[in-house]
Amino acid sequence: MTAYIIRRVLWLIPVIITVSIVTFVLMHNAPGGPWDRDISTRQVDATTQARLNEYYGLDKPLWRQYIAYLIGDFNSEDVFVCGLACGNMGPSYRVRGRSIQDILFSAPEDKPFYYSRFGYSVRLALASLSIAIFVGIPIGTIAALKQNSIIDYASLFLATVGISVPSFVMAIFLIIILASWLHLISVVPKSWDTLRPWILPAIVMGLGTTAYTARLTRSSMLEVMRMDYIRTARAKGLAERVVVTRHMIKNALIPVVTILGPALAGLVTGSFIIETMFGFPGMGRAYVTAIGQRDYSMILGTTLIYAGLVAVANLSVDIVYVLIDPRIQLND
Amino acid sequence: MSVTAAQNSSQISELELDKLRPSRSLFADAWARLIRNKASVTGIVIIVFFALLAIFAPLIAPHNPLQINDNMGFLPPAWVQRSNSGAAGNPSFLFGTDTLGRDVLSRVIYGARVSMVVGFIPTTIILLVGSVVGMLAGYTGGKVDNLLMRLTDVIYAFPDLLFFIIVMISLRDTWIGQLMNGLFLLFIALAIVNWVGVARLMRGQVLSIKEKEFVEAARCVGAKDTHIMVKHILPNALGPLIVSAAFSIPGMIITEAILGYLGIGLRPATDPSAIFVTSWGVLLLEGQTAINAQPFMLLVPALCVALIVLAFTFLGDGLRDALDPRMRGAQ
Repeated sequence: MTAYIIRRVLWLIPVIITVSIVTFVLMHNAPGGPWDRDISTRQVDATTQARLNEYYGLDKPLWRQYIAYLIGDFNSEDVFVCGLACGNMGPSYRVRGRSIQDILFSAPEDKPFYYSRFGYSVRLALASLSIAIFVGIPIGTIAALKQNSIIDYASLFLATVGISVPSFVMAIFLIIILASWLHLISVVPKSWDTLRPWILPAIVMGLGTTAYTARLTRSSMLEVMRMDYIRTARAKGLAERVVVTRHMIKNALIPVVTILGPALAGLVTGSFIIETMFGFPGMGRAYVTAIGQRDYSMILGTTLIYAGLVAVANLSVDIVYVLIDPRIQLND
Repeated sequence: MSVTAAQNSSQISELELDKLRPSRSLFADAWARLIRNKASVTGIVIIVFFALLAIFAPLIAPHNPLQINDNMGFLPPAWVQRSNSGAAGNPSFLFGTDTLGRDVLSRVIYGARVSMVVGFIPTTIILLVGSVVGMLAGYTGGKVDNLLMRLTDVIYAFPDLLFFIIVMISLRDTWIGQLMNGLFLLFIALAIVNWVGVARLMRGQVLSIKEKEFVEAARCVGAKDTHIMVKHILPNALGPLIVSAAFSIPGMIITEAILGYLGIGLRPATDPSAIFVTSWGVLLLEGQTAINAQPFMLLVPALCVALIVLAFTFLGDGLRDALDPRMRGAQ
């Protein structure tokens, strides 16, 4: 088990390197650069651009820039600046004087960590995930207990709709109906400190996961309900409530629990379009903005964080499976 | 006594009928099961409807989608007597017009073309590439297999939407990004990310099928490897492959819509003879700017995306139940 985990974690290194090379090459291929994309301000003149390029090392050959990003390089004052290997994700080209890890992970003054951009994204993802858990699992359970009833069909239909209709289309429907027609909410609120503005993005983002959780719970419940030990439990005279909660749900949740990790990673990484739509101050919007501004280090940094999250989440599935189901052995 | 005799004879005739009934192949059987499923029939009807819209768009659309009508911009839908701006609906523009006075309905009809093409072409590519590589990896094992698995790990770790965004932005202005209004590049990007899933599925299928007795029997009578792969393994592995293709189509359509919505998908055409004039994603982006004044510019394409995606999901569900009855009801 430990050896397996270590091997999987080590395997992350080549994955991260490949992902970073692909991203690096592609984004440097994009027309324009970090200094010339802002239409609203005055264009930077050629000499300043050359000096900025020199200062940030953008005048060096691409392979050297990449090595500088990954491992480190000597800057213009011959001081060695360590790269990604020491956790330094490089300076932002647009927010002068701040590094990427500073922008993404540190909160504004005297605010706790979860006020950072990363923290905002994680909080939104957690809110969506809790909706998925507290709505999806009960719906799936009830649907399975009342199999082939109208409740079952209705929830199954809703779950299919929830899984297939993409979240940004759902967001468009809800924004038009709730904000534009009924004036119940305001999109792009001034402050995210109250609960109200969180409701709509969290629901929109959580809908797909909720629907998926409900479907998974239902099918898993249906499988468990046919098991012999359920018949045994009933035969020995347990109350139906005990049979359902202690024997059925507990066993039926095994596959559901294993998807929670990837679901959380999917919510964190998949949120950027919703974040952009709602003006949410998270990491996803930073990514979208960075792409428009050609902020190379920000693009690379966010992509790598996302890739790392996805990889860790996939690993978590295997580990959680072993932890909750002792019949499974990892030997691959 | 005579009654039992009659019963007997009827039983015998039933038995004979059973023998006489032509044997049906797996796929004929699956088709019969598929068209008994109401949800998937609904899905097929919707897909056919949109496919017809896409093919015959020039005949169906009431206006040219690029035709600019001066002084007719921002008309409300036809049934509105008086909108916020004071304009009344015009019966010839069912869902109203956009900023430039172009007919929303006609633009949505033309948008169906892009979604249908984006759904089908990359899926065909990934099915071809994925099944060939998966077959080789599963059948021969060794280096090809190892390489495939490592490649899958890398591609799975790459958040795919981020990959599409970066590819679309960096290669948009090259010649490859100009082909088919940028759709060609999108096909390639979609195919690069998605083929590994098919390959892995195929590999798993092949690994289990190649241990079966009928493959061993074929090998015993001296069948060549290619013959075994094509004639014995492929038909048996096809079911899950078809199901996964049906489920991958909505993902492609959604990706196109998201990219169009971010303004980096299809390039809206200005040439009236272009085949791909606009897409639902591009329409969503255009509609976004007038969300309060002209909600129908946004609602109609959004509804279309939702409908087509649902239709493919229903079809996929039906196909899964039809092709693999053992899986029925699972997930």
